[in-house]
Amino acid sequence: MPTVHFTDAEGAVRDVEGNPGDSVMETAVRNGVPGIVAECGGSLSCATCHVFVREDTLDQLPEMEEMEDEMLYGTAVDREDNSRLSCQLKLCEGQDMYVSTPETQV
Amino acid sequence: MDTTTTTTAVPAETADGAVRTGLLIIGASQSGVQLAVSLRALGFDEHITLLGEEDHRPYQRPALSKEFLQGTVESESLIFRSNQYWEDHNVALVKGERIERIDKEADGSGVAHAASGAEFRFRRLALTVGARARRLQVPGADLAGVVYLRNADDALALKAQLGGVQDAVVIGGGFIGLEAASSLHKMGKNVTVLEYGPRLIGRAVGEETSEYFLTAHRGRGLDIRLNARIQELVPADGGGRVAGVGLEGGTVVPAQLVLVGIGVVPNTELGEQLGLEVDNGIVVDRHALASDGTTVAVGDVANMPNPLPGSPEGERIRLESVNNAIEHAKVAAYSLMGRREDYAGIPWFWSNQADLKLQIAGLTLGYDQTVVRRDEERGKFSVLYYRGGQIIAADCVNAPLDFMAVKNALAKGQNIPAEAAADPAVVLKTIATDG
Repeated sequence: MPTVHFTDAEGAVRDVEGNPGDSVMETAVRNGVPGIVAECGGSLSCATCHVFVREDTLDQLPEMEEMEDEMLYGTAVDREDNSRLSCQLKLCEGQDMYVSTPETQV
Repeated sequence: MDTTTTTTAVPAETADGAVRTGLLIIGASQSGVQLAVSLRALGFDEHITLLGEEDHRPYQRPALSKEFLQGTVESESLIFRSNQYWEDHNVALVKGERIERIDKEADGSGVAHAASGAEFRFRRLALTVGARARRLQVPGADLAGVVYLRNADDALALKAQLGGVQDAVVIGGGFIGLEAASSLHKMGKNVTVLEYGPRLIGRAVGEETSEYFLTAHRGRGLDIRLNARIQELVPADGGGRVAGVGLEGGTVVPAQLVLVGIGVVPNTELGEQLGLEVDNGIVVDRHALASDGTTVAVGDVANMPNPLPGSPEGERIRLESVNNAIEHAKVAAYSLMGRREDYAGIPWFWSNQADLKLQIAGLTLGYDQTVVRRDEERGKFSVLYYRGGQIIAADCVNAPLDFMAVKNALAKGQNIPAEAAADPAVVLKTIATDG
C-alpha cells in the first residue's frame, strides 16, 4: 500500500498507509493527522487541506486545474511554488507521497 | 473541573447494567464528531461515548445529494474517521440507539434512556442531534416514490429506486433540491423543480444570485417553475406509487419519483424534555451552553448569538452548515473543559450544482446594498453585500478568488469599498482596506 509521509510545521514526521485511489487529504483525515482540516470533505470549496509537496516529487503529480489554483490564493499560510490542495492528490500503487503541512489552515 | 467525581478512561458497567461515560454525545453527526476530536486535542481525559440512531459509522452528509447520489464516490470514503482512530482516542461509537428520555441532575450528570431499553450514564451531556427533513403536507405525500434526502439511508433508498425513473420532480428550489436536481439531470432523468416561492434559494441568497441560478439551471436543462402551488401527489393507476404532481389549476407534472427538499426542523425534543429553553432550536449562549448551564448544544440544533463579528447585540441565529458544526463544536469543547471562549467567526457555505460552484462568505442579514460582479466570458459571478457601507457577505459562483478575498477581509475586520469592487476586472484582495 502507498504510504504518505506527513511532516508538520515543527518537523515531526508521521507515516500513514493509504489506499490507492484515496486522496492524501482523506488519508490524513481518516487517521486524525493534525494539520489538515478539510472542512468541505474534498469538494474543492474551502482550501483547508493545503500542503507543500516535496520538490523532487512535484513532477509525479497531475497538473493543477484552475479552480485549485485560484483556491490556493486564499490559504491561511501563503502559497509557495510547491503548494497543492491535498484533496486533489490521489494515491497510486507503488508511489509514496511526501508532504508538509502548514502551521495553520484557518 | 469537578474533582469530586471519579473519572475513568474506560466505560464501566454499573451495578444496574448501565454504561457509564464521562461525556455522552447524542448525535453521531458532523458536530458530534468534531466535539469528540476537539476534546481529545484539548486533553479531555474522560471516556467519551458518541451515540447515533443510524446504523452507520459517523459520515459526511454533503456528498449525499451530489457525488454519492451520482455514484462517483463510495460510501466508505464518506466515513469521518477510521475505527482505529476512535479506539486509539478512547471514544466508544454506539450505533442504532435512539434516546427517548434523559434524567439529569443539577451538576450536569444523568442517565439517558434509549428506545431499546439500554441506559447510558454520563457525567456531562452534549446534544448534537441536528435537524430532520421537513415533511410535505399534501394528499398523496405518503405514496411510494416520494423521498427525502437527509441521511445515508435516504440516499440509499433514493438510489435503489432510480432504475425505472424517467421523470423526476424535485419539490423545493433550495440547496438540497437544486443539488439533487442537478445530479438527477446528470444521470439522464427529466427533472422538474417546483419552488413555492418567487425565486430560487430564497432563504440563503439575494435576488441577483437567485436570478443567476434560475437562468443557469434552465440553460442546463432543468424545468424550473416558481410560485408553484402543489395540490396533491397523484398515484399511478390502482397503485400506491406516485405518478405525478398535481398543481393548482389542474396541471399534472409526470413523476415516477418525487424528491422533497423543503427545509429542516431542528430536533429539539430532548431539549424540551430536559426543560431547556427552546426557540427555533435549543437556545445556547456564546459558549454553546444551554439554559441549564451544563449541557452543550451544538450545530444545526442550536439557536445561538450571531457569531459574525460586529453583528447587533442580541441578534440570534440558527445555522445549518458544515462550517458552523465544526467551529461551534470547538467552542463547546472549551466549555466542557471549563474554559469560556466566545463563538465568533465568519460563517461560510458551499453548494455544488452541476458545474456551478457556489461559495458564500458571511451572512446577508440586514444588507442594504449589493454590488454585482459578472464575468460572462470566464463564467464567474459574484454578489457582494453591504450594511451601512461595510461589506458583510458575498455569494460567489465559480469565483473562488472573490470568495477568498471577502472571507479574509471579514476575518480581518476589513472593508472592500463598493465603488471599486463594481469593476469585475479589479482583484478584490488588492482593494481591501482596514477599518
